[in-house]
Amino acid sequence: MSEFRIADRVASVPPSGIRRFFELAEEMDDVISLGVGEPDFTAPWRARQAAIDSLERGRTSYTANRGMAELREEIAGYVERYDLSYDPDDEVLVTAGASEGLDLAFRALVDPGDTVAVVEPCYVSYRPGVTFAGGEVLSVPTRAEDGFELTRDLLERSGAADADLLVLCYPNNPTGATMDREGLAEVAAFARENDLTVLSDEIYAELTYEGEHASIAALPGMRERTVVFNGFSKAFAMTGLRLGYALGPADAVGAMNRVHQYTMLSAPTTAQYAALTALRKCADDVGDMRDQYDRRRRFVLSSFEEMGIDCVEAEGAFYAFPEAPGGDAEAFAEDLLEAERVAMVPGTAFGAGGQGHLRASYATGIDELREAMARLRRFLDAEQ
Amino acid sequence: MDRRELLELLRENARYSTADLARQLGADEEAVETAIAELEAEGVIRGYKAVVDVEQLDDTPVRAFVECNVALDRETGYGDIAQRLVKFDEVRSLRLVSGDYDFALEVEDDSMGALSRFVSEQVAPVPEVTQTVTHFIMTSYKEGGIEFGDGDDDDRLSVTP
Ligand SMILES: Cc1ncc(COP(=O)(O)O)c(C=O)c1O
Repeated sequence: MSEFRIADRVASVPPSGIRRFFELAEEMDDVISLGVGEPDFTAPWRARQAAIDSLERGRTSYTANRGMAELREEIAGYVERYDLSYDPDDEVLVTAGASEGLDLAFRALVDPGDTVAVVEPCYVSYRPGVTFAGGEVLSVPTRAEDGFELTRDLLERSGAADADLLVLCYPNNPTGATMDREGLAEVAAFARENDLTVLSDEIYAELTYEGEHASIAALPGMRERTVVFNGFSKAFAMTGLRLGYALGPADAVGAMNRVHQYTMLSAPTTAQYAALTALRKCADDVGDMRDQYDRRRRFVLSSFEEMGIDCVEAEGAFYAFPEAPGGDAEAFAEDLLEAERVAMVPGTAFGAGGQGHLRASYATGIDELREAMARLRRFLDAEQ
Repeated sequence: MDRRELLELLRENARYSTADLARQLGADEEAVETAIAELEAEGVIRGYKAVVDVEQLDDTPVRAFVECNVALDRETGYGDIAQRLVKFDEVRSLRLVSGDYDFALEVEDDSMGALSRFVSEQVAPVPEVTQTVTHFIMTSYKEGGIEFGDGDDDDRLSVTP
Protein backbone atom coordinates (compact mmCIF):
# COMPACT_ATOMS: atom_id res chain seq x y z
CA MET A 1 0.00 0.00 0.00
CA SER A 2 1.29 3.46 -0.82
CA GLU A 3 0.37 6.47 1.25
CA PHE A 4 -1.41 8.88 -0.99
CA ARG A 5 -3.75 11.24 0.71
CA ILE A 6 -6.79 11.26 -1.52
CA ALA A 7 -8.34 14.68 -1.98
CA ASP A 8 -11.50 15.14 0.10
CA ARG A 9 -13.66 15.99 -2.86
CA VAL A 10 -12.80 12.64 -4.42
CA ALA A 11 -12.76 10.60 -1.23
CA SER A 12 -16.22 11.95 -0.37
CA VAL A 13 -17.77 10.48 -3.52
CA PRO A 14 -18.92 6.89 -2.95
CA PRO A 15 -18.13 4.28 -5.59
CA SER A 16 -20.93 3.83 -8.10
CA GLY A 17 -23.87 1.82 -6.79
CA ILE A 18 -23.78 -0.08 -10.02
CA ARG A 19 -20.33 -1.40 -9.32
CA ARG A 20 -21.36 -3.93 -6.67
CA PHE A 21 -24.04 -5.34 -8.88
CA PHE A 22 -21.63 -5.55 -11.77
CA GLU A 23 -19.28 -7.62 -9.63
CA LEU A 24 -22.08 -9.99 -8.63
CA ALA A 25 -23.14 -10.47 -12.24
CA GLU A 26 -19.59 -10.94 -13.50
CA GLU A 27 -19.05 -13.88 -11.15
CA MET A 28 -21.80 -15.92 -12.75
CA ASP A 29 -22.12 -17.74 -16.04
CA ASP A 30 -25.06 -17.65 -18.39
CA VAL A 31 -26.32 -14.29 -17.15
CA ILE A 32 -28.73 -12.41 -19.36
CA SER A 33 -28.03 -8.84 -18.52
CA LEU A 34 -30.71 -6.20 -18.69
CA GLY A 35 -28.22 -4.02 -16.89
CA VAL A 36 -26.32 -2.62 -19.82
CA GLY A 37 -26.43 1.12 -20.43
CA GLU A 38 -25.14 1.07 -23.99
CA PRO A 39 -26.49 -0.15 -27.34
CA ASP A 40 -26.07 -3.79 -28.33
CA PHE A 41 -25.66 -2.62 -31.92
CA THR A 42 -22.28 -1.75 -33.35
CA ALA A 43 -21.64 1.65 -34.90
CA PRO A 44 -23.03 1.95 -38.46
CA TRP A 45 -20.63 0.47 -40.96
CA ARG A 46 -20.30 3.69 -42.94
CA ALA A 47 -19.20 5.56 -39.83
CA ARG A 48 -16.65 2.88 -39.00
CA GLN A 49 -15.44 3.00 -42.58
CA ALA A 50 -14.97 6.76 -42.28
CA ALA A 51 -12.86 6.25 -39.16
CA ILE A 52 -10.72 3.72 -41.01
CA ASP A 53 -10.38 6.01 -44.04
CA SER A 54 -9.27 8.89 -41.85
CA LEU A 55 -6.53 6.71 -40.36
CA GLU A 56 -5.45 5.53 -43.79
CA ARG A 57 -5.16 9.12 -44.90
CA GLY A 58 -3.07 9.86 -41.84
CA ARG A 59 -5.54 12.12 -40.06
CA THR A 60 -3.96 11.59 -36.68
CA SER A 61 -3.32 15.13 -35.44
CA TYR A 62 -5.26 17.27 -32.98
CA THR A 63 -8.18 19.18 -34.42
CA ALA A 64 -9.28 22.70 -33.49
CA ASN A 65 -10.10 22.82 -29.77
CA ARG A 66 -13.78 23.15 -30.42
CA GLY A 67 -13.76 20.30 -32.95
CA MET A 68 -13.45 20.23 -36.75
CA ALA A 69 -15.32 23.13 -38.30
CA GLU A 70 -17.06 20.81 -40.74
CA LEU A 71 -18.36 18.66 -37.92
CA ARG A 72 -19.59 21.65 -35.92
CA GLU A 73 -21.48 22.85 -38.97
CA GLU A 74 -23.00 19.44 -39.49
CA ILE A 75 -24.04 19.30 -35.82
CA ALA A 76 -25.64 22.73 -36.00
CA GLY A 77 -27.61 21.59 -39.03
CA TYR A 78 -28.59 18.31 -37.40
CA VAL A 79 -30.08 19.83 -34.23
CA GLU A 80 -32.37 22.07 -36.22
CA ARG A 81 -34.75 19.09 -36.13
CA TYR A 82 -35.28 19.93 -32.45
CA ASP A 83 -35.89 23.62 -33.25
CA LEU A 84 -32.43 24.45 -31.98
CA SER A 85 -30.23 26.94 -33.71
CA TYR A 86 -26.58 27.40 -32.79
CA ASP A 87 -23.65 29.13 -34.44
CA PRO A 88 -21.05 26.50 -35.31
CA ASP A 89 -18.26 29.01 -34.71
CA ASP A 90 -18.78 29.73 -31.04
CA GLU A 91 -21.87 27.93 -29.78
CA VAL A 92 -20.97 24.32 -30.52
CA LEU A 93 -18.27 22.40 -28.66
CA VAL A 94 -17.26 18.88 -29.66
CA THR A 95 -16.34 16.83 -26.59
CA ALA A 96 -15.01 13.39 -25.66
CA GLY A 97 -18.50 12.04 -25.02
CA ALA A 98 -21.39 13.89 -23.46
CA SER A 99 -19.61 12.93 -20.24
CA GLU A 100 -16.81 15.39 -20.89
CA GLY A 101 -19.31 18.06 -21.85
CA LEU A 102 -21.16 17.67 -18.56
CA ASP A 103 -17.93 17.77 -16.59
CA LEU A 104 -16.84 20.92 -18.44
CA ALA A 105 -20.15 22.58 -17.68
CA PHE A 106 -19.89 21.79 -13.97
CA ARG A 107 -16.34 23.10 -13.84
CA ALA A 108 -17.06 26.18 -15.92
CA LEU A 109 -20.40 27.16 -14.42
CA VAL A 110 -20.37 25.98 -10.79
CA ASP A 111 -18.52 27.87 -8.06
CA PRO A 112 -17.75 26.24 -4.73
CA GLY A 113 -20.87 26.49 -2.60
CA ASP A 114 -23.25 26.85 -5.56
CA THR A 115 -26.31 24.66 -5.44
CA VAL A 116 -27.08 22.39 -8.34
CA ALA A 117 -30.57 20.89 -8.43
CA VAL A 118 -30.39 17.42 -9.95
CA VAL A 119 -33.56 15.76 -11.19
CA GLU A 120 -33.54 12.14 -10.03
CA PRO A 121 -33.56 9.21 -10.65
CA CYS A 122 -30.84 10.01 -13.14
CA TYR A 123 -27.63 9.04 -14.80
CA VAL A 124 -24.98 8.35 -12.16
CA SER A 125 -22.43 11.00 -13.18
CA TYR A 126 -24.21 14.25 -12.36
CA ARG A 127 -23.80 14.08 -8.59
CA PRO A 128 -20.07 13.27 -8.62
CA GLY A 129 -19.54 15.85 -11.36
CA VAL A 130 -21.07 18.57 -9.20
CA THR A 131 -19.09 17.44 -6.16
CA PHE A 132 -15.79 17.41 -8.08
CA ALA A 133 -16.53 21.00 -9.09
CA GLY A 134 -17.13 21.97 -5.46
CA GLY A 135 -20.90 22.44 -5.79
CA GLU A 136 -23.67 21.20 -3.54
CA VAL A 137 -26.27 18.81 -4.91
CA LEU A 138 -29.95 19.38 -4.24
CA SER A 139 -32.00 16.33 -5.15
CA VAL A 140 -35.28 16.80 -7.01
CA PRO A 141 -36.93 13.37 -6.95
CA THR A 142 -39.54 12.54 -9.57
CA ARG A 143 -42.27 9.96 -8.99
CA ALA A 144 -43.83 7.02 -10.75
CA GLU A 145 -47.29 8.60 -10.36
CA ASP A 146 -46.14 11.52 -12.55
CA GLY A 147 -44.59 9.11 -15.04
CA PHE A 148 -41.21 10.31 -13.70
CA GLU A 149 -41.75 13.66 -15.38
CA LEU A 150 -40.55 16.84 -13.72
CA THR A 151 -43.30 19.19 -12.53
CA ARG A 152 -43.34 22.67 -11.13
CA ASP A 153 -44.73 21.25 -7.92
CA LEU A 154 -41.78 18.89 -7.49
CA LEU A 155 -39.34 21.72 -8.14
CA GLU A 156 -41.03 23.94 -5.60
CA ARG A 157 -41.27 21.31 -2.92
CA SER A 158 -37.63 20.34 -3.19
CA GLY A 159 -36.49 23.91 -2.79
CA ALA A 160 -35.04 24.25 -6.27
CA ALA A 161 -36.06 27.91 -6.36
CA ASP A 162 -32.90 28.71 -4.40
CA ALA A 163 -30.60 26.65 -6.58
CA ASP A 164 -28.20 28.10 -9.14
CA LEU A 165 -28.37 25.37 -11.75
CA LEU A 166 -30.81 22.66 -12.73
CA VAL A 167 -29.72 19.40 -14.38
CA LEU A 168 -32.31 17.33 -16.18
CA CYS A 169 -32.34 14.51 -18.68
CA TYR A 170 -35.21 13.56 -20.97
CA PRO A 171 -35.58 10.97 -22.46
CA ASN A 172 -34.37 9.68 -19.14
CA ASN A 173 -31.88 7.13 -17.99
CA PRO A 174 -32.99 5.10 -15.96
CA THR A 175 -36.77 5.64 -16.20
CA GLY A 176 -37.31 5.90 -19.96
CA ALA A 177 -39.55 8.91 -19.27
CA THR A 178 -39.89 11.66 -21.86
CA MET A 179 -41.33 15.15 -21.58
CA ASP A 180 -43.33 17.02 -24.16
CA ARG A 181 -43.35 20.76 -24.82
CA GLU A 182 -46.18 21.49 -22.41
CA GLY A 183 -44.50 19.70 -19.53
CA LEU A 184 -41.21 21.41 -20.26
CA ALA A 185 -42.91 24.81 -20.51
CA GLU A 186 -43.78 24.56 -16.78
CA VAL A 187 -40.17 23.76 -15.94
CA ALA A 188 -38.95 26.55 -18.21
CA ALA A 189 -41.20 29.09 -16.52
CA PHE A 190 -39.85 28.00 -13.13
CA ALA A 191 -36.27 28.30 -14.37
CA ARG A 192 -36.89 31.79 -15.75
CA GLU A 193 -38.66 33.01 -12.62
CA ASN A 194 -35.90 31.72 -10.37
CA ASP A 195 -33.03 32.57 -12.67
CA LEU A 196 -31.76 29.00 -12.98
CA THR A 197 -29.16 27.91 -15.48
CA VAL A 198 -30.34 24.67 -17.09
CA LEU A 199 -28.12 21.79 -18.14
CA SER A 200 -30.20 19.54 -20.38
CA ASP A 201 -28.78 16.11 -21.16
CA GLU A 202 -30.54 15.09 -24.37
CA ILE A 203 -28.31 12.22 -25.38
CA TYR A 204 -31.34 9.97 -25.91
CA ALA A 205 -33.27 12.56 -27.97
CA GLU A 206 -33.28 10.46 -31.10
CA LEU A 207 -34.61 7.46 -29.18
CA THR A 208 -38.09 8.87 -28.60
CA TYR A 209 -40.88 6.47 -29.49
CA GLU A 210 -44.08 8.36 -28.80
CA GLY A 211 -44.34 11.84 -30.26
CA GLU A 212 -41.30 13.94 -31.01
CA HIS A 213 -38.41 14.93 -28.81
CA ALA A 214 -38.76 18.44 -27.41
CA SER A 215 -35.75 20.39 -26.17
CA ILE A 216 -36.20 22.80 -23.27
CA ALA A 217 -33.67 25.09 -24.96
CA ALA A 218 -36.16 25.65 -27.80
CA LEU A 219 -38.74 27.20 -25.47
CA PRO A 220 -39.08 31.00 -25.24
CA GLY A 221 -36.47 32.64 -23.06
CA MET A 222 -34.59 29.40 -22.50
CA ARG A 223 -31.85 29.43 -25.10
CA GLU A 224 -29.91 32.06 -23.21
CA ARG A 225 -29.90 30.09 -19.96
CA THR A 226 -29.51 26.50 -21.22
CA VAL A 227 -26.65 24.26 -22.28
CA VAL A 228 -27.72 21.16 -24.20
CA PHE A 229 -25.66 17.95 -24.20
CA ASN A 230 -25.87 15.31 -26.86
CA GLY A 231 -23.60 12.80 -28.51
CA PHE A 232 -23.05 9.79 -30.68
CA SER A 233 -23.01 7.06 -28.03
CA LYS A 234 -26.68 6.17 -27.99
CA ALA A 235 -28.47 6.95 -31.25
CA PHE A 236 -25.43 6.09 -33.36
CA ALA A 237 -24.22 3.23 -31.15
CA MET A 238 -20.75 4.78 -30.94
CA THR A 239 -20.05 4.57 -27.18
CA GLY A 240 -16.44 3.46 -27.48
CA LEU A 241 -15.56 6.21 -29.92
CA ARG A 242 -16.17 8.75 -27.14
CA LEU A 243 -17.77 11.62 -28.99
CA GLY A 244 -20.37 14.12 -27.90
CA TYR A 245 -21.14 17.82 -28.08
CA ALA A 246 -22.43 20.72 -26.07
CA LEU A 247 -24.60 23.53 -27.41
CA GLY A 248 -25.14 26.86 -25.74
CA PRO A 249 -24.65 30.60 -25.83
CA ALA A 250 -21.13 31.73 -26.68
CA ASP A 251 -20.18 32.80 -23.14
CA ALA A 252 -21.08 29.44 -21.59
CA VAL A 253 -19.56 27.38 -24.40
CA GLY A 254 -16.52 29.67 -24.44
CA ALA A 255 -15.93 29.08 -20.73
CA MET A 256 -16.32 25.35 -21.21
CA ASN A 257 -13.89 25.50 -24.09
CA ARG A 258 -11.38 27.22 -21.85
CA VAL A 259 -11.35 24.18 -19.57
CA HIS A 260 -11.47 21.83 -22.56
CA GLN A 261 -8.50 23.44 -24.32
CA TYR A 262 -6.28 22.92 -21.30
CA THR A 263 -7.52 19.49 -20.27
CA MET A 264 -8.48 17.70 -23.48
CA LEU A 265 -7.13 19.91 -26.32
CA SER A 266 -9.56 18.33 -28.74
CA ALA A 267 -11.95 15.40 -28.90
CA PRO A 268 -10.59 12.22 -30.55
CA THR A 269 -9.88 12.97 -34.20
CA THR A 270 -10.74 9.53 -35.57
CA ALA A 271 -14.08 9.68 -33.81
CA GLN A 272 -14.76 13.12 -35.26
CA TYR A 273 -14.42 11.71 -38.77
CA ALA A 274 -16.73 8.85 -37.89
CA ALA A 275 -19.23 11.33 -36.46
CA LEU A 276 -19.16 13.49 -39.57
CA THR A 277 -20.17 10.52 -41.68
CA ALA A 278 -22.65 9.36 -39.05
CA LEU A 279 -24.51 12.66 -39.38
CA ARG A 280 -24.29 12.78 -43.17
CA LYS A 281 -24.98 9.19 -44.11
CA CYS A 282 -26.34 7.11 -41.26
CA ALA A 283 -29.89 8.37 -40.72
CA ASP A 284 -31.27 5.04 -41.98
CA ASP A 285 -29.14 3.06 -39.57
CA VAL A 286 -30.41 5.20 -36.71
CA GLY A 287 -33.99 4.69 -37.90
CA ASP A 288 -33.54 0.92 -38.04
CA MET A 289 -32.08 0.78 -34.56
CA ARG A 290 -34.87 2.98 -33.22
CA ASP A 291 -37.49 0.68 -34.79
CA GLN A 292 -35.90 -2.32 -33.16
CA TYR A 293 -35.67 -0.65 -29.76
CA ASP A 294 -39.30 0.32 -30.08
CA ARG A 295 -40.39 -3.27 -30.69
CA ARG A 296 -38.33 -4.50 -27.79
CA ARG A 297 -39.82 -1.75 -25.65
CA ARG A 298 -43.33 -2.89 -26.48
CA PHE A 299 -42.29 -6.49 -25.92
CA VAL A 300 -40.90 -5.74 -22.46
CA LEU A 301 -43.80 -3.53 -21.42
CA SER A 302 -46.35 -6.12 -22.59
CA SER A 303 -44.46 -8.86 -20.79
CA PHE A 304 -44.39 -6.88 -17.53
CA GLU A 305 -48.08 -6.20 -17.84
CA GLU A 306 -48.86 -9.88 -18.38
CA MET A 307 -46.84 -10.72 -15.28
CA GLY A 308 -48.66 -8.11 -13.24
CA ILE A 309 -45.53 -5.98 -12.77
CA ASP A 310 -46.34 -2.28 -12.54
CA CYS A 311 -44.35 -0.17 -14.93
CA VAL A 312 -44.67 3.37 -16.19
CA GLU A 313 -45.09 3.49 -19.98
CA ALA A 314 -41.46 4.17 -20.91
CA GLU A 315 -41.41 6.29 -24.07
CA GLY A 316 -37.75 6.95 -24.70
CA ALA A 317 -34.11 5.85 -24.32
CA PHE A 318 -33.78 2.07 -23.95
CA TYR A 319 -34.90 1.54 -20.40
CA ALA A 320 -38.04 0.50 -18.58
CA PHE A 321 -38.28 1.18 -14.85
CA PRO A 322 -40.72 -1.32 -13.35
CA GLU A 323 -41.65 -1.57 -9.70
CA ALA A 324 -39.88 -4.41 -7.95
CA PRO A 325 -42.48 -7.00 -6.94
CA GLY A 326 -42.48 -7.09 -3.14
CA GLY A 327 -41.08 -3.57 -2.91
CA ASP A 328 -37.45 -4.31 -2.00
CA ALA A 329 -35.59 -3.77 -5.27
CA GLU A 330 -32.13 -4.76 -3.97
CA ALA A 331 -33.37 -8.06 -2.58
CA PHE A 332 -35.44 -8.76 -5.66
CA ALA A 333 -32.57 -8.01 -8.04
CA GLU A 334 -30.17 -10.19 -6.08
CA ASP A 335 -32.59 -13.11 -5.75
CA LEU A 336 -33.47 -12.92 -9.43
CA LEU A 337 -29.82 -12.90 -10.39
CA GLU A 338 -29.07 -15.78 -8.06
CA ALA A 339 -32.04 -17.94 -9.04
CA GLU A 340 -32.50 -17.17 -12.73
CA ARG A 341 -29.37 -15.38 -13.86
CA VAL A 342 -31.15 -12.27 -15.04
CA ALA A 343 -29.53 -8.95 -14.12
CA MET A 344 -31.50 -5.76 -13.59
CA VAL A 345 -30.10 -2.79 -11.70
CA PRO A 346 -31.84 -1.68 -8.48
CA GLY A 347 -33.23 1.83 -8.87
CA THR A 348 -31.46 3.25 -5.84
CA ALA A 349 -28.25 3.30 -7.88
CA PHE A 350 -29.82 6.24 -9.74
CA GLY A 351 -30.63 8.40 -6.75
CA ALA A 352 -33.76 9.57 -4.99
CA GLY A 353 -37.06 8.33 -6.37
CA GLY A 354 -35.44 5.13 -7.63
CA GLN A 355 -36.13 3.02 -4.54
CA GLY A 356 -38.51 0.11 -5.09
CA HIS A 357 -37.76 0.09 -8.82
CA LEU A 358 -35.53 -1.80 -11.20
CA ARG A 359 -33.91 -0.58 -14.38
CA ALA A 360 -34.44 -3.01 -17.24
CA SER A 361 -32.39 -2.11 -20.28
CA TYR A 362 -33.72 -3.39 -23.59
CA ALA A 363 -30.47 -2.71 -25.43
CA THR A 364 -30.35 -6.49 -25.81
CA GLY A 365 -31.35 -8.74 -28.70
CA ILE A 366 -34.97 -9.88 -28.83
CA ASP A 367 -34.00 -13.52 -28.33
CA GLU A 368 -32.24 -12.71 -25.07
CA LEU A 369 -35.10 -10.48 -24.00
CA ARG A 370 -37.55 -13.28 -24.65
CA GLU A 371 -35.46 -15.66 -22.58
CA ALA A 372 -35.07 -13.06 -19.82
CA MET A 373 -38.84 -12.55 -19.64
CA ALA A 374 -39.41 -16.32 -19.55
CA ARG A 375 -36.95 -16.61 -16.65
CA LEU A 376 -38.57 -13.69 -14.85
CA ARG A 377 -41.98 -15.33 -15.26
CA ARG A 378 -40.63 -18.59 -13.85
CA PHE A 379 -39.05 -16.72 -10.95
CA LEU A 380 -42.30 -14.99 -10.07
CA ASP A 381 -44.26 -18.26 -10.31
CA ALA A 382 -41.79 -19.95 -7.98
CA GLU A 383 -42.03 -17.09 -5.49
CA GLN A 384 -45.78 -17.51 -5.07
CA MET B 1 -52.07 -2.98 -36.37
CA ASP B 2 -49.29 -1.94 -38.66
CA ARG B 3 -49.05 -4.58 -41.40
CA ARG B 4 -45.78 -3.20 -42.66
CA GLU B 5 -44.22 -3.71 -39.26
CA LEU B 6 -45.71 -7.18 -38.93
CA LEU B 7 -44.15 -8.12 -42.25
CA GLU B 8 -40.83 -6.66 -41.19
CA LEU B 9 -40.87 -8.88 -38.10
CA LEU B 10 -41.80 -11.99 -40.06
CA ARG B 11 -39.11 -11.28 -42.60
CA GLU B 12 -36.66 -10.98 -39.73
CA ASN B 13 -37.78 -14.24 -38.12
CA ALA B 14 -40.75 -16.22 -39.44
CA ARG B 15 -40.70 -18.39 -36.33
CA TYR B 16 -41.72 -15.67 -33.86
CA SER B 17 -44.73 -17.01 -32.00
CA THR B 18 -47.98 -15.13 -32.41
CA ALA B 19 -47.70 -14.11 -28.76
CA ASP B 20 -44.21 -12.64 -29.26
CA LEU B 21 -45.32 -10.87 -32.43
CA ALA B 22 -48.24 -9.39 -30.52
CA ARG B 23 -45.97 -8.18 -27.71
CA GLN B 24 -43.54 -6.54 -30.09
CA LEU B 25 -46.31 -4.87 -32.02
CA GLY B 26 -48.27 -3.84 -28.96
CA ALA B 27 -51.29 -5.64 -30.48
CA ASP B 28 -53.39 -8.58 -29.36
CA GLU B 29 -52.76 -12.08 -30.61
CA GLU B 30 -56.03 -12.44 -32.42
CA ALA B 31 -55.39 -9.34 -34.48
CA VAL B 32 -51.96 -10.68 -35.40
CA GLU B 33 -53.40 -14.01 -36.47
CA THR B 34 -56.04 -12.33 -38.61
CA ALA B 35 -53.48 -10.06 -40.24
CA ILE B 36 -51.20 -12.99 -41.07
CA ALA B 37 -54.10 -14.96 -42.53
CA GLU B 38 -55.01 -11.98 -44.70
CA LEU B 39 -51.46 -11.47 -45.89
CA GLU B 40 -51.31 -15.14 -46.83
CA ALA B 41 -54.67 -15.05 -48.60
CA GLU B 42 -53.67 -11.95 -50.56
CA GLY B 43 -50.47 -13.63 -51.66
CA VAL B 44 -48.28 -11.03 -49.98
CA ILE B 45 -46.77 -13.77 -47.86
CA ARG B 46 -45.77 -16.59 -50.21
CA GLY B 47 -44.15 -18.98 -47.81
CA TYR B 48 -41.85 -19.51 -44.85
CA LYS B 49 -38.42 -21.09 -45.17
CA ALA B 50 -35.29 -21.60 -43.17
CA VAL B 51 -32.10 -19.84 -44.25
CA VAL B 52 -29.65 -22.74 -44.43
CA ASP B 53 -25.90 -22.54 -44.78
CA VAL B 54 -25.72 -25.42 -47.29
CA GLU B 55 -21.95 -25.50 -47.06
CA GLN B 56 -22.35 -27.11 -43.65
CA LEU B 57 -24.41 -30.01 -44.99
CA ASP B 58 -22.83 -33.41 -45.63
CA ASP B 59 -24.20 -33.42 -49.16
CA THR B 60 -23.66 -29.86 -50.18
CA PRO B 61 -25.79 -29.10 -53.19
CA VAL B 62 -24.20 -27.19 -56.04
CA ARG B 63 -25.63 -23.80 -56.80
CA ALA B 64 -25.15 -21.46 -59.70
CA PHE B 65 -26.25 -18.11 -60.80
CA VAL B 66 -27.24 -18.11 -64.50
CA GLU B 67 -27.47 -15.06 -66.71
CA CYS B 68 -29.91 -15.70 -69.48
CA ASN B 69 -30.59 -13.69 -72.62
CA VAL B 70 -33.73 -14.17 -74.65
CA ALA B 71 -35.16 -12.93 -77.94
CA LEU B 72 -38.80 -11.99 -77.86
CA ASP B 73 -41.20 -12.16 -80.78
CA ARG B 74 -44.73 -10.98 -81.40
CA GLU B 75 -46.26 -14.05 -79.76
CA THR B 76 -43.85 -14.55 -76.88
CA GLY B 77 -43.23 -12.18 -73.98
CA TYR B 78 -40.97 -12.40 -70.92
CA GLY B 79 -43.86 -13.83 -68.93
CA ASP B 80 -44.30 -16.74 -71.31
CA ILE B 81 -40.66 -17.70 -71.14
CA ALA B 82 -40.63 -17.31 -67.37
CA GLN B 83 -43.65 -19.59 -67.09
CA ARG B 84 -41.66 -22.34 -68.70
CA LEU B 85 -38.54 -21.86 -66.60
CA VAL B 86 -40.20 -21.57 -63.17
CA LYS B 87 -41.64 -25.07 -63.50
CA PHE B 88 -38.25 -26.72 -63.01
CA ASP B 89 -37.54 -27.61 -59.36
CA GLU B 90 -33.87 -26.89 -60.03
CA VAL B 91 -34.72 -23.22 -60.51
CA ARG B 92 -34.73 -21.69 -57.02
CA SER B 93 -35.38 -18.16 -58.15
CA LEU B 94 -36.07 -16.45 -61.42
CA ARG B 95 -35.99 -12.72 -61.91
CA LEU B 96 -36.26 -10.41 -64.86
CA VAL B 97 -33.51 -7.83 -64.43
CA SER B 98 -32.28 -4.66 -66.08
CA GLY B 99 -28.85 -4.47 -67.66
CA ASP B 100 -26.79 -6.70 -69.93
CA TYR B 101 -29.00 -9.75 -69.75
CA ASP B 102 -32.68 -10.49 -69.24
CA PHE B 103 -33.21 -13.21 -66.66
CA ALA B 104 -31.22 -13.99 -63.55
CA LEU B 105 -31.72 -17.56 -62.41
CA GLU B 106 -30.52 -19.28 -59.29
CA VAL B 107 -30.28 -22.97 -59.90
CA GLU B 108 -29.45 -25.79 -57.53
CA ASP B 109 -28.62 -29.43 -58.19
CA ASP B 110 -26.80 -32.36 -56.62
CA SER B 111 -23.54 -32.03 -58.50
CA MET B 112 -21.69 -29.80 -60.91
CA GLY B 113 -22.33 -32.30 -63.69
CA ALA B 114 -26.03 -32.46 -62.98
CA LEU B 115 -26.30 -28.72 -62.82
CA SER B 116 -24.37 -28.21 -66.08
CA ARG B 117 -26.59 -30.75 -67.79
CA PHE B 118 -29.66 -29.02 -66.49
CA VAL B 119 -28.59 -25.68 -67.95
CA SER B 120 -27.48 -27.13 -71.29
CA GLU B 121 -30.39 -29.51 -71.71
CA GLN B 122 -33.30 -27.62 -70.19
CA VAL B 123 -32.55 -23.91 -70.24
CA ALA B 124 -30.35 -23.30 -73.28
CA PRO B 125 -32.56 -25.21 -75.72
CA VAL B 126 -35.66 -23.11 -74.97
CA PRO B 127 -36.26 -21.54 -78.41
CA GLU B 128 -36.23 -17.92 -77.21
CA VAL B 129 -33.05 -18.32 -75.16
CA THR B 130 -30.12 -16.89 -77.12
CA GLN B 131 -27.36 -17.13 -74.52
CA THR B 132 -26.62 -18.39 -71.02
CA VAL B 133 -23.67 -17.63 -68.75
CA THR B 134 -23.34 -19.84 -65.69
CA HIS B 135 -21.55 -18.73 -62.52
CA PHE B 136 -21.03 -21.48 -59.97
CA ILE B 137 -21.39 -20.24 -56.44
CA MET B 138 -18.22 -20.96 -54.51
CA THR B 139 -18.91 -19.56 -51.06
CA SER B 140 -21.78 -17.69 -49.50
CA TYR B 141 -21.17 -14.90 -47.00
CA LYS B 142 -24.73 -13.69 -46.59
CA GLU B 143 -28.11 -15.16 -47.53
CA GLY B 144 -31.56 -13.79 -46.96
CA GLY B 145 -30.10 -10.89 -45.00
CA ILE B 146 -28.24 -13.19 -42.61
CA GLU B 147 -24.46 -13.01 -42.34
CA PHE B 148 -22.70 -16.38 -42.29
CA GLY B 149 -19.73 -15.30 -40.19
CA ASP B 150 -19.26 -16.32 -36.57
CA GLY B 151 -21.07 -13.18 -35.49
CA ASP B 152 -19.73 -10.47 -33.24
CA ASP B 153 -19.31 -11.39 -29.60
CA ASP B 154 -21.08 -9.12 -27.17
CA ASP B 155 -18.02 -7.60 -25.55
CA ARG B 156 -19.94 -5.07 -23.47
CA LEU B 157 -19.53 -5.04 -19.70
CA SER B 158 -22.52 -6.82 -18.18
CA VAL B 159 -23.71 -3.93 -16.02
CA THR B 160 -22.99 -0.30 -16.88
CA PRO B 161 -24.58 3.07 -16.04
C1 LIG C 1 -28.08 10.13 -19.60
C2 LIG C 1 -26.70 9.90 -20.05
N1 LIG C 1 -25.89 10.95 -20.27
C3 LIG C 1 -24.63 10.79 -20.67
C4 LIG C 1 -24.10 9.54 -20.89
C5 LIG C 1 -22.66 9.43 -21.32
O1 LIG C 1 -22.56 9.47 -22.68
P1 LIG C 1 -21.18 9.57 -23.47
O2 LIG C 1 -20.85 8.20 -23.90
O3 LIG C 1 -21.48 10.48 -24.61
O4 LIG C 1 -20.17 10.14 -22.55
C6 LIG C 1 -24.90 8.42 -20.68
C7 LIG C 1 -24.34 7.06 -20.87
O5 LIG C 1 -24.81 6.07 -20.34
C8 LIG C 1 -26.23 8.60 -20.26
O6 LIG C 1 -27.05 7.56 -20.05
